Amino acid sequence: MLYQPWPWYVAGPLIAILMALLILMGKRFGMSSNLETFCSIGGAGKFTDYFKVDIKSKRWNLLVVLGSVIGGFLGAHWLSPNPTVDISPKTVTKLQELGFDSAGKAYLPTELFSLESLSDPKVWIILLIAGFLVGFGTRYAGGCTSGHAISGLSNLQRPSLIAVIGFFIGGLIMVHLLFPLIFGS
Amino acid sequence: MKNLAYIFIGTFLGIVLYKSEAASWFRIYEMFQFDSFHMYGIIGSALALGVVLVLWIKKSKVKSFSGEPISIPDKEKSFARYIVGGTLFGLGWALAGACPGPIYILVGAGYWSIIIVLIGAILGAFTYGVLRNKLPH
Repeated sequence: MLYQPWPWYVAGPLIAILMALLILMGKRFGMSSNLETFCSIGGAGKFTDYFKVDIKSKRWNLLVVLGSVIGGFLGAHWLSPNPTVDISPKTVTKLQELGFDSAGKAYLPTELFSLESLSDPKVWIILLIAGFLVGFGTRYAGGCTSGHAISGLSNLQRPSLIAVIGFFIGGLIMVHLLFPLIFGS
Repeated sequence: MKNLAYIFIGTFLGIVLYKSEAASWFRIYEMFQFDSFHMYGIIGSALALGVVLVLWIKKSKVKSFSGEPISIPDKEKSFARYIVGGTLFGLGWALAGACPGPIYILVGAGYWSIIIVLIGAILGAFTYGVLRNKLPH
């Protein structure tokens, strides 16, 4: 059971409990603010006062990041003898049409994330732009999936609902309109 | 001791998101295709319990573990930043197949290419910090 993929009704409630634990420790569940802390550590305060923050006050969240790296290692190397993600057959067909032959056979698409695929400059550009949009978008919106979709909506915040609607507008545009242009032949 | 607790919470989160495949690019694509209930089940059940827990914390006026009162500030009121920022994030989320939490988790899982996504994300956060006074909020 532990070694099988965990069902949604196990994962969801566990995420809520972790969020509540952080609140009970006097903190907030939010992963994207760490991106700004990395900027501050890297000396971004020289460019704008926005990054002049007391890094010590952000340390707790960096420890959560450190933990999630450890968790990713344990999940992948100790708890997952079979890393295949059993996605819906409909999804597999759609992805194969876009050239993703690894659909249904891997955890991440090898076409984008295998080391061999890095010989294609297009893959570098895609990964960099994707990351840039994640970093810029979350900070502009003031939160990501953890800060808005989980924490904000749990606290019934209308701004978080607007942000989550935005997440879906962007995601749907990307997958339905842009994927055929980016990956289709 | 507290430091260990933060590391432990992160580790548990990493295992949960990896094992539930919320950190898989394929699951994110599948979600935006509406081909499976899986991701909606994760977010939905997290919210169902999350709403109850947050309500309990607020109503019971329970103190934090270190004995301080807990206040959960409301999010700043605005429309532009949430819809525009949210949409930009959504574009990146679908393309990278990972939001910030899973990016760190996938580094630990040994998918080294995700470091390029992480560098892009830090550059994006930096660019926001530089431009923020010029952006509508």
